[in-house]
Amino acid sequence: MFADYSWGDLMSIFAMQGFAGLILFSVYVLMALGLAIIFGQMGVINMAHGEFMILGAYVTYLTSKLFAAFLPGLFGLYFFVAMILAFIASGGLGMAVEWLLIRHLYKRPLDTLLATWGVSLILQQLYRTVFGAREVGVEIPQWMMGSLTLTDTIEIPINGLFVMVLAIGISVAIYVLMYRSGWGLQVRAVVANRAMADAVGINTARTDRLTFGVGCGVAGVAGAAFTMIGSTGPTAGQLYIVDTFLVVVFGGAGNLLGTIVSAFSISQGQSILEFFLSGSTAKVLTLLTVVIIVMVRPQGLFALKLRK
Amino acid sequence: MSRKISLPPAFAAPSRRGFLAGASALGATLFLPKNLRAADYPTAAVNTTGLAVTDTEATIGILHSVTGTMAISETGSVQAEKLAVEQINAQGGVLGRKIKVVQEDGASDWPTFAEKAKKLLVDDKVCSVMGCWTSASRKAVLPVFEQYNGILYYPTFYEGLEQSHNVFYDGQEATQQIIAGLDWVTKTKGARSFYLLGSDYIWPRTSNKIARKHIEDKLGLEVVGEEYYPLGHTQFNSVINKIKLKKPDVIYAIVVGGSNVAFYKQLKAAGIDLTKEKPLLLTISVTEDEIRGIGGENIEGAYACMKYFQSLKNPNNEAFVKAFKAMWGQDMVIGDVTQAAYLGPWLWKAAVEKAGSFDVEKVIAASPGIELTTAPEGYVKIHENHHLWSKTRVGRALADGQYDVVWETPDLVEPNPFPAGYQ
Repeated sequence: MFADYSWGDLMSIFAMQGFAGLILFSVYVLMALGLAIIFGQMGVINMAHGEFMILGAYVTYLTSKLFAAFLPGLFGLYFFVAMILAFIASGGLGMAVEWLLIRHLYKRPLDTLLATWGVSLILQQLYRTVFGAREVGVEIPQWMMGSLTLTDTIEIPINGLFVMVLAIGISVAIYVLMYRSGWGLQVRAVVANRAMADAVGINTARTDRLTFGVGCGVAGVAGAAFTMIGSTGPTAGQLYIVDTFLVVVFGGAGNLLGTIVSAFSISQGQSILEFFLSGSTAKVLTLLTVVIIVMVRPQGLFALKLRK
Repeated sequence: MSRKISLPPAFAAPSRRGFLAGASALGATLFLPKNLRAADYPTAAVNTTGLAVTDTEATIGILHSVTGTMAISETGSVQAEKLAVEQINAQGGVLGRKIKVVQEDGASDWPTFAEKAKKLLVDDKVCSVMGCWTSASRKAVLPVFEQYNGILYYPTFYEGLEQSHNVFYDGQEATQQIIAGLDWVTKTKGARSFYLLGSDYIWPRTSNKIARKHIEDKLGLEVVGEEYYPLGHTQFNSVINKIKLKKPDVIYAIVVGGSNVAFYKQLKAAGIDLTKEKPLLLTISVTEDEIRGIGGENIEGAYACMKYFQSLKNPNNEAFVKAFKAMWGQDMVIGDVTQAAYLGPWLWKAAVEKAGSFDVEKVIAASPGIELTTAPEGYVKIHENHHLWSKTRVGRALADGQYDVVWETPDLVEPNPFPAGYQ
């Protein structure tokens, strides 16, 4: 396969392939962080995660239209505004869903699976009714498309870089929020022992709602970012949901570091296999490996130590 | 379309209706040569098998997904079929009867398609059905149409390898779409090496098989890679790197659905500018409909090979595009399949009027040889094998989301659903 190429060519291809793996890693981290918060901290299996992401994508679409119509001069910067709006919209919807539906089901985790699946179907049809069944084209500012040319043969996609920076930024923000803030302390207390947390005066209902909202909001930001690399349509959220659960379950529910390590191993494995084998085979092998590891270690790579 | 109007057999019966029919037949031929009058065709004579045909109405079914994943693609077909029905009704209908539409939703779920097909044929007794989009849905309804003897007009370009007594295939089968395009890119662009890429299901795989056979056996050129990704795959950076490594002259892409958007956006972001045609990209799966999702600026410069583009310049098409936009909105775009779906009701009308009957067997028997001179894509004709003779065209994607038609086959391409030497 490599006989016809010079060392220089090969090195640059491997460099770009390594970068492709890092982009995939960032995408996985972005997808999974929101779910890791909700599934990991609250034990809610949120099947509507993909639809919360797509809400963020649609908010980006609307923001781009608004900027194009009213603030064409600032169009290059609309994306940042869109991400903030996406966080607010998805987070707000998440809190509403939590208040209407999820809070009644905390003691019945399997029922949350069905209920959130219902939410996902409702949202899909809602998007279809409001935005039409077809995919919408989100116009990305010119500076974000295209690539940085490092050498003649190494080109780094700018949107990939952007996703990476965003993934790092959000991971750090979540870490600070969960482990360095009063609210994070409350969340962790509720996870560790709900009754005791309640007894010491933590408003557990409010903590739950905020946690769910933050998880959904992060999903919304991820959705906004993915308009650069993927499609925006009523059912596009379904494209991400399987990989998202895979990353979170493999990493070990309830552990953010686990999510990141798991995203890293899955993305690198997938990207290397994809390069040497065909796309479908790579996917099969990745899934098989994950299944086997989870069979051996059902708690995932990193387990949270909990007193049961 | 000119042919003699033969009197229906029941005309001989000395009934009051028969008399009236006779009296009006003269008027009809004198003043409305194109409009057939229902009274000339008594219901008892034109409908001997109990279909939903009355003195004033004939019922057909529309069976597409308007919910679920496939709604993205199938919405355009529903719109085109409704436009055709409305136009036919405005012209006086079929054998003087207005077409009434019963619409069912296949909901992107193949068993649902089969169930709804049965409902349309058994409960609604429709004369024909315009429907399906994916091959999977067509395969699911096929036994139903064969068992209950219905007629299906299927609009999508597809992999071929099928020919049913009960189905008319209005889109192109794979060889019609593929071979002409490969010949064109070899001759005009001097392409020598190809990288085949597709989503992982039957249509891309069968199509690439035909493409590979043609490239290697008939043209004597080289396929440097062949690759499939699961439906809905959103990360194409690895394959883009492989393409950069192999440096093919042509990327032959049959990626569908949401993956399409991801593929073209990432291709552009990775620094492959399609307008430079190094490598050139040739696709058979991206119509104007898909470009709306992909974004014209991301696919500018790619070539697509199919039978219809919205920008085709002929009077039929200009009228069609105008009528379609007037009915469904000025921002609508029309892709290959949408146009093929538009042909369905017209082909059915022509067959019914040639047969002088709504009876399924008579309509099917009358269909081969039917010509449509009013098709937006230009002249088409139904082949003995129930597919359409049609031209194949190559379009170059523009930044505004339209295609510029750069080439078309000089003659109609014969449909060949079971191509010898390509399997």
